[in-house]
Amino acid sequence: MTAFERRLLTQDRGSGLLGKLWRVPWIFVLLLCGLAAIGYVALYSAGGGAPEPYASRHALRFAFGLVMMLGIALVDIRLIAKLSWPGYALGIGLLVLVALHGEVGKGAQRWIELGPIQLQPSELMKIMLVLALAHWFHRASWERVGNVVFLIPPLMAVLLPVGLILRQPNLGTGLITLMIGGAVFWAAGVRWWKFVLVLAAAAAIAPVAYEHLHDYQRARIMVFLDPESDPLGSGYNIIQSKIALGSGGLWGKGFLQGTQGHLNFLPEKQTDFIFTMLAEEFGLVGALGTLLLLAAVVLFALLVALRTRHQYGRLVAVGLGVNAFLYVFVNVGMVTGSIPVGGVPLPLISHGGSAMLTSMLGFGLLMSVFVHRDAEFAASRE
Amino acid sequence: MSKRDEERRRSAFTRRALMLGAGQLGLLGFLGYRLQKLQLQEGERYATLAEENRVSTRLLAPPRGRILDRAGRVVGANELHWRVLLTAEETEDVGATLDTFQHLLPLAEAERARVEREVRRRRRFVPIVVREFLSWEEMARIEVNAPDLPGISVDVGTTRSYPYAEHLAHVIGYVAPPAESDMDEDPLLGLPGIRVGRAGVERFHERTLRGRAGTVEMEVNAVGRVIRELDRREGQRGQEVQVSVDAELQKAVRGRIGEGTSVVVLDARNGEVLAMASQPSFDPNLFSSGISAAQWREWTRSRATPLINKTISGLYAPGSTFKMVVGLAALEAKVLSPADRVPCPGHYDLGDTRFHCWRRTGHGSLDLRQALKQSCDCYFYEAARRTGINRIAAMATRFGLGVDPGIDLPGAKPGLVPTREWRIRQGKPWNIGDTVVHGIGQGFYQLTPLSLATMTARLATGRAVQPHLTHSIDGKLVHGTRAEDWPSLGIPERDLELMREGMWAVVNEAGGTARAAALPAPLGVMAGKTGSVQVRRVTREQRERGYRAEAMPREWRPHALFVAFAPYDTPRYAISVVVEHGLSGAGAAAPLARDVMVDVMNRLRDAPAGPPARLAGQGSPRP
Repeated sequence: MTAFERRLLTQDRGSGLLGKLWRVPWIFVLLLCGLAAIGYVALYSAGGGAPEPYASRHALRFAFGLVMMLGIALVDIRLIAKLSWPGYALGIGLLVLVALHGEVGKGAQRWIELGPIQLQPSELMKIMLVLALAHWFHRASWERVGNVVFLIPPLMAVLLPVGLILRQPNLGTGLITLMIGGAVFWAAGVRWWKFVLVLAAAAAIAPVAYEHLHDYQRARIMVFLDPESDPLGSGYNIIQSKIALGSGGLWGKGFLQGTQGHLNFLPEKQTDFIFTMLAEEFGLVGALGTLLLLAAVVLFALLVALRTRHQYGRLVAVGLGVNAFLYVFVNVGMVTGSIPVGGVPLPLISHGGSAMLTSMLGFGLLMSVFVHRDAEFAASRE
Repeated sequence: MSKRDEERRRSAFTRRALMLGAGQLGLLGFLGYRLQKLQLQEGERYATLAEENRVSTRLLAPPRGRILDRAGRVVGANELHWRVLLTAEETEDVGATLDTFQHLLPLAEAERARVEREVRRRRRFVPIVVREFLSWEEMARIEVNAPDLPGISVDVGTTRSYPYAEHLAHVIGYVAPPAESDMDEDPLLGLPGIRVGRAGVERFHERTLRGRAGTVEMEVNAVGRVIRELDRREGQRGQEVQVSVDAELQKAVRGRIGEGTSVVVLDARNGEVLAMASQPSFDPNLFSSGISAAQWREWTRSRATPLINKTISGLYAPGSTFKMVVGLAALEAKVLSPADRVPCPGHYDLGDTRFHCWRRTGHGSLDLRQALKQSCDCYFYEAARRTGINRIAAMATRFGLGVDPGIDLPGAKPGLVPTREWRIRQGKPWNIGDTVVHGIGQGFYQLTPLSLATMTARLATGRAVQPHLTHSIDGKLVHGTRAEDWPSLGIPERDLELMREGMWAVVNEAGGTARAAALPAPLGVMAGKTGSVQVRRVTREQRERGYRAEAMPREWRPHALFVAFAPYDTPRYAISVVVEHGLSGAGAAAPLARDVMVDVMNRLRDAPAGPPARLAGQGSPRP
């Protein structure tokens, strides 16, 4: 029996490069490839039945992202843990940079140009925040987490980027970042009553906060409550999306046969409303199928969290899982008119380099957790 | 960290992670439910909305039906005109294009401002009208310079044109943009540039001439740009209406008449209107391109009422032209026989009221034929007294007087033939003296020239011929063309013959009142009856001082009337002439009637109504 055969039989995964590659969750990689393929098909249609200008670039970015993701998956999770706070600092730095020199789009400063790609630091920040919080709570005992004073630094770590994002202003991403932070707090074992307290306080100040919202943000909320009230203004997107989506029916109008998307009734069909495009052409079957694959990604993150033996990895998995989930929920919720328009892309399917790279970065980290799920962190200094 | 603490932390984590996962899956499930609701439960509704989004239906205006005259001449045509359009997206610089355009064709400052305003307001692919009603020469100038005029295109529109202009205006009418009151359920009326008939045949046959709109279904994108045509349903062109009027005859007749004169010529056998002229008239072509407010004011405020067709809405007392009706009523009531004589000393006394005959010296003793020939008033005073007003009115009604003429023209007035009950309804008594006055066609009568022509045609044929203008629609005859197609009046032929003989004598016998109206021999024989109606009462004082109507101011002079038919043996044409303030029927109306009848015979003798002109296309642009 050779060493290789013994490994196969005993499922000894070793710690060498080969062993790591062996432990890469290839089925998950396959799942991501499937989603990217769906994205290619949808973007091919959004491009008017041609690979240009969206689909081919999408494929290229995914290929690049795939390599990057696998590279990250092989990086030792302990090294990643060490880089958590420097990464967090980088994220904050970029947010400050964008506030000072960012490109203005849709009434907000959100992008910085990094060579050929536009980077939205708020996207990167969400991942960095997860890593930093996971690092903070990694060594915290159950007792320690119960200590209010112990919770103040991580709370500041959440509120600082959230404040910067809200200042852009970008209400949607700000709230999402807050929710991700909350999810990590929750998973780390912060007590129930503290959440109840914060939520109650939030409910109390919500009316005051509403006063300070930008007009377009208020309009989005009002239009969400009654889209038909403004059919040619802010409500137009939601109504047109629902029309396109609903008219798809069970089986859809067929590939490249969607009328609403191709006739431009659908706004931003290659980015925020790509799911609508899919649902129009492939019907409920296609839409639910895509939704199931996305749910599988979220489920995978949960499984990783449960299988991991160190707290850092568990919290990272939960945080990244919630991040992915929120992308899906906000995007699909928006296009179905279930929640206010948020301007959030659909991971791996929407057109856009920044979103693709941050998604792949997140999945790479998730896979690294999985690959190194049994890693032993050095004993605490205690 | 103790092992126990680690255990506790881990189990809490597992519990909380599972709760989080369950929450996430639950929310994703909610999205799945939403999708199902939108795509299955409400799918059909959204499919409809999607189709409405996508498909834009536009109407195609059908060509308006032409109007032809009796001989097949086009009297209401669709003329092509050219208009210049500007499509902003096809030029880089709208201003430069307009500058170049202005070198070729003048464009008023205000017009240019309008064009530039529309360019800003409309979507860039929507063509904007720069100028309309271009001549061929102007159009050519634009086409030749097309390479220097990016964004400019020329297209063809149609306008209604009337080659006979004012000559047929009262018959054909005119078209104008639809008013609020014209709006019916027809979506065609919503089209820009559409015109509807506002008077005459254009209005009466509006639905026939208009046709039905075609539709084009087009796929449009979100900004309304047409992507492709999905379906085209051709409309139905308007039908061609052929009127019985002869345009050349009408023109000739109008050449003979002055202001305030009306002439109606009917085909006595079937009621077809051959000519229908009243002065003054107007040019209906001015309406097609839109008339000025000043022009409209002038027409509507003028006392001469050029827009009014006096042959169907001018009201006059018939005077002596009414005497045949009185005679027939008396014969039917058997209060007079044809041979009965009535003395005429020049006046007729009833109690202490004296009624004068037009001839102060009197006619001596007359029978009915002689009384008609000389238009003796005394005879008909007596005849009316014996017959009674209601029997006269009943007879008048049978001759189409005082009733709706039923003609296919809007605006025709029924007029008025008084009865005893009519007067009582007004709260006034009917005196026997009133009856006497109405025996010579004076009094309350209000009749149109058309109804007098109808009366004459019925006298000539003994049948209730109905005046009408529509000869055929798309080549199909509308009414019967023979006298037999009309019901008999139920008046004994012997009585009618007596009236016709009297009318023959008026024109052709020595002592007749209208000897001057006899036709030239080769054209046959005409029979007629004169009439003169006072428009002001002649007082006794005036009469004693020697009243001379011709010495009065024009608007006080009597109206002159004449009705006639010809040829005498086989009546074919019936005519009525009313000359306002023409002094006397014999002097002004009868000679005019003769001249018109000569025109009619020269033009229409042996000429049947021409075949409807080819129902071909609507003509092509003049090269």
